[in-house]
Amino acid sequence: MALLEIHDLHASVEGHEILKGVSLTVNAGEVHSIMGPNGSGKSTLSAVLARRDAYKVTGGTVLFNGKDLLEMDPEEAACEGVFLAFQYPVEIPGIGNAYFLRSAMNAIRKHHGEDELDAMDFLPLYKERMKLLEMDEKFMNRSVNEGFSGGEKKRNEILQMAMLEPKLAILDETDSGLDIDALRIVSQGVNAMRGKDRAFLVITHYQRLLNYIKPDYVHVLVDGKIARSGGPELALELEEKGYGWAEADAPQAQPA
Amino acid sequence: MATTTPRLEKYLEAYEAVRAQGHDREPVWLEQLREDGWARFSAKGFPSTHDEDWRFTNLAALAKTAFRRAAQGEIAAPAEQLERYRVAGTACQLVFINGRFAPQLSDLGSLPDGLLVCSLKQAIDCGREGCAPEGIEQHLGRYANMDRDVFTALNTALWEDGAYLRVRRGVALEQPIHLLYVSAGAQIATHPRTLIIAENGSQASVIEDYVSLGSEAAFSNAVTELAAGEEAVIAHFLVERENTASFNVSTLRIEQSRSAQVDTHSILLGGGLVRNNVHPVLNGEGAECLINGLFVGAGRQQGAGQHMDNYMLVEHAQPHCSSRQFYNGILADNAHGVFHGRIVVHKDAQKTDAKQTNRNLLLSDHARIDTKPQLEIYADDVKCTHGATIGQIDESQLFYLRSRGFTLADARNLLLYAFAAECLDRMREPAAREFAEALIRERLEELTAAAKATGTGAQEESEPNREELG
Repeated sequence: MALLEIHDLHASVEGHEILKGVSLTVNAGEVHSIMGPNGSGKSTLSAVLARRDAYKVTGGTVLFNGKDLLEMDPEEAACEGVFLAFQYPVEIPGIGNAYFLRSAMNAIRKHHGEDELDAMDFLPLYKERMKLLEMDEKFMNRSVNEGFSGGEKKRNEILQMAMLEPKLAILDETDSGLDIDALRIVSQGVNAMRGKDRAFLVITHYQRLLNYIKPDYVHVLVDGKIARSGGPELALELEEKGYGWAEADAPQAQPA
Repeated sequence: MATTTPRLEKYLEAYEAVRAQGHDREPVWLEQLREDGWARFSAKGFPSTHDEDWRFTNLAALAKTAFRRAAQGEIAAPAEQLERYRVAGTACQLVFINGRFAPQLSDLGSLPDGLLVCSLKQAIDCGREGCAPEGIEQHLGRYANMDRDVFTALNTALWEDGAYLRVRRGVALEQPIHLLYVSAGAQIATHPRTLIIAENGSQASVIEDYVSLGSEAAFSNAVTELAAGEEAVIAHFLVERENTASFNVSTLRIEQSRSAQVDTHSILLGGGLVRNNVHPVLNGEGAECLINGLFVGAGRQQGAGQHMDNYMLVEHAQPHCSSRQFYNGILADNAHGVFHGRIVVHKDAQKTDAKQTNRNLLLSDHARIDTKPQLEIYADDVKCTHGATIGQIDESQLFYLRSRGFTLADARNLLLYAFAAECLDRMREPAAREFAEALIRERLEELTAAAKATGTGAQEESEPNREELG
């Protein structure tokens, strides 16, 4: 059984159809990259998978681990193992990072009938993962993302991913706005998480990120549909020829 | 324009009874003060919404209810009923039932030297026999303004008791003093009067706490005068947690001498119609004042929710003073909040630094907030800023939390708490802060539980937040 099976997914935002029949199958252990020009529906796809209310599904099915993902609330999807690293992580003044993350971990543990982590169990793990992302411990008690630089916010997203250990991690343009150093650190965090039980959907506009996070498959999303699918070489070709090439003369996409 | 109704007769009855009770016992200056108070109240009656200071608060329901004076010993409040209102970590607790001191329910603990705490009535009786508290005449009724405010006039005419605190020069209290004002019984009006005198260089914290026993309507009309001497450091906490049938009007008038630092914290969680007047006068160079508040309103009984009106009047009378106002409001269901923030900078008050911020969260389409800054500046070298925001719970924050596994109810609760915690973070007194935190948590959990039960929690279409900064 595939981890994620998307079949003919249609979705709209404020009455505009954005996704016009996306089909995609992702198995555990795989890294899929979804590339595409602005407005092609990349972020909509990630928002639908994370179950954001404002995105209305108008057709198709999504199975996650054999369960109907489209029936789930965002919190259920999170507890089942879907994680979205936000393109624009939200600032939450007044809520400390450590408290927030421990509460999130405990919500997920509770869902699985596991005991809550206390601060003693949580902190050593948190500090260790912070080191991996080269984050200062002072971030622990600061409010979630408040006053963080763009790069710090993205690192914080990957830190959360590393702690929550999802089955499916969706990285929504995690590379946007990152300098090379931050890109290296973030990628290092992601690569450390790769494994046979976990899959990644790496959504990006640019090929650059894929030098650091090597995908197994690359899909090109154009106007709400997957126009091309292929191996890592597709990203390079795209970089060279531009999205115009992918749009024109698109062969029928092959589900991976 | 006055609202006069036959119901005001009850106040006349109360006035006559209080006068008769005080006859031959109260000093002449106090009798005179009461007479002046009564004259002003009876001439004006309760204000109407044509009065600019009362534009957003309709007192018709208060004016037409026949609130009466409690008979002596009418309610015997058992000690066990009050047990849940104790506050951990306080130096002492004074309990007043329907405006009268209840020594058997109070706990005066072991008071440190240099602190005088007793009931105001005791202090005055005592003074008559020549045995003590000097200076009451010099302070009582000298700050709170009866001409401006009929509720202060009414309180001055009708008060029967309240707390009297005097902190001697240079004395620093480590734990807060808890004043518990209890309303009990049907349609009872009380007029608690508190006098706090902090001598030069003293430090103290006071919690003024209003509660109800039972669910019957009461009217509490409290006046507190706080005189902070030079370099005194004082924190005042007002906690309103009466039942939602009750009316509560409270006036805190603060007089600050040179370099006095006063923090005021208002935590309004209960009461049906609440008016919270805070009026500091920075009357000595270098005085600083923090005016911090949180109001949380909800409810939809009889089509109306809780009404919480915050009227701030911050007067800068001397140079080099600073004032900081921060009020956060959370309004659910049909609740109505008001923030009227008036700053007056007098002619000589150069180098004034005054700031005012009012932030509001509206949790339903029927909740309402009226926020009104009002700056009157007569000096030419000052810094005054004000800003107000009105918004809903941020949908993107809510989604962010949910995407990490928080349930909708937990996410809402956490965001509300974070908003409220901005006020908690400004409280420096640990015992009072802990007390306030527990009350606020409990109140917010009630709100989210109620929203969950009625399915009014999530708003389908959230309007963009509005912001106005000046």
